[in-house]
Amino acid sequence: MKINLKIWRQEHARVSGAFVHYTVANVQPDLSFLEVLDLLNEQLIAEGGVPVEFDHDCREGICGACGMMVNGQAHGPLQRTAVCQLYMRHFSDGDTVTVEPWRAKAFPVIKDLVVDRSALDRISAAGGYISVKTGAAPDANAVLVAKPDADTAFDYAACIGCGACIAACPNASASLFTAAKISQLALLAQGQPERKSRVVKMTQQMTAEGFGDCSNHGECQSVCPKGISIDAIAQMRREYIRAKLPFG
Amino acid sequence: MISTQSSEADALGTASFTPLSSNKSPELPELPELPESSEWFSTIGKKLLTGITGLGLVIFVVVHLLGNLTLFFSASAYNRLAHIIERLGVLTYLVEGGLLAIALVHIAVGINIHMNKQTARPVKYAQYVSAGQPSRQSLSSRTMIVSGLVLGGFLVMHLATFKFGTYYTLPDGSGRDLSRLVFETFHRPGYTAGYVVVLSLLGLHLRHGIWSALQSLGIATRPGLYAASAVLGSAIALGFIGLPISIYFGLI
Repeated sequence: MKINLKIWRQEHARVSGAFVHYTVANVQPDLSFLEVLDLLNEQLIAEGGVPVEFDHDCREGICGACGMMVNGQAHGPLQRTAVCQLYMRHFSDGDTVTVEPWRAKAFPVIKDLVVDRSALDRISAAGGYISVKTGAAPDANAVLVAKPDADTAFDYAACIGCGACIAACPNASASLFTAAKISQLALLAQGQPERKSRVVKMTQQMTAEGFGDCSNHGECQSVCPKGISIDAIAQMRREYIRAKLPFG
Repeated sequence: MISTQSSEADALGTASFTPLSSNKSPELPELPELPESSEWFSTIGKKLLTGITGLGLVIFVVVHLLGNLTLFFSASAYNRLAHIIERLGVLTYLVEGGLLAIALVHIAVGINIHMNKQTARPVKYAQYVSAGQPSRQSLSSRTMIVSGLVLGGFLVMHLATFKFGTYYTLPDGSGRDLSRLVFETFHRPGYTAGYVVVLSLLGLHLRHGIWSALQSLGIATRPGLYAASAVLGSAIALGFIGLPISIYFGLI
């Protein structure tokens, strides 16, 4: 089938970009969306053009490197699917697909569809860690965690840091990303030593990076490739209240 | 003998403790202190403020609605309630002052969150579509700033019309005939239509607002609260709209 692409092209952060139209012919329905971009880039290189820059790594939906707005939705139209796992059988012959980078002040465009997401690393560094004894590995199951807490913590730990929650948020808030880490560690015994300082430091860093405030639109939980629930954000607020209450 | 030993131990303890504590600071530099005063204006603090003030205003609106509904029983019941409130004196002023403060904080934080949203995404998307369920994004959630500002403007007009409006005295001279003003006002078609539109916007605001406040306070993880927010929001709006419509069409 034939796919028309309307792709955001931008040389670097300091110049403005624009949409450019391309057509890729002979697209097999079993190709992934990123493979169509690969085809386009081969075409562009053969024509002596500049290939479209985009982030990708594992292409198995587990690393969080890829991510772009496809027809106005983060990672495209399929829920719980990173754009690398989006296949062309979900599109029709002759479709025009709009492709844009994540848009947020805290995610400056590096080139075309690639944005700088190091703001997320700095939020993690501000408090997304635990204190452990170094030396020999501890005995397995020496620290007990209740099954429901372990399950919920695992759901939150599934975050791959792709940034789709921020991209889809009408306010460009990083609440789901930040809450996933805070809530995961709050549920586990290992997270207790920094429990109170973590929520304060990480949310402070989130604001310092220029992300917006949450308005509880909940759009983030719909676009998260790992399906992380905004229950994590509710828990983050409980953690904040707990950290700030004098008797908490 | 015993006292000498213990004082020696104290001296030793102090002597050995002092160098340890003075050695500690170069090894572990103190992290910069976090600003303690800004907790209510942090990103979560703002959510707590809008949530608490919003729920406070919901409680006020429900009490106000129950007061309005007395007009369905009789004009004298409505006027009697107005007299009771008037006679509370200082308590009325305290409640009014508190409500004004709550409303102002709610408006200020709401505007601040809206303005932050503009700076956090300076370049808009050419195409943007909601991904659907389980997203809570709706017409209601996306128009909170519009419905909120309209309600704020309406509040000023509403107070001017009723609280500070024409003071009719009851025939027996026992106090204000507020129900007469209400009946007169809701016989004006323009005012009645505008009132119905604005109170529908209140329903729209509360559809997202009640649920959002509970989520902001970290208690919305129970299933059904999102639906309950729609039911309560609609019920409040319908309750308010029912009165002017009944008056306009001469049902009461």
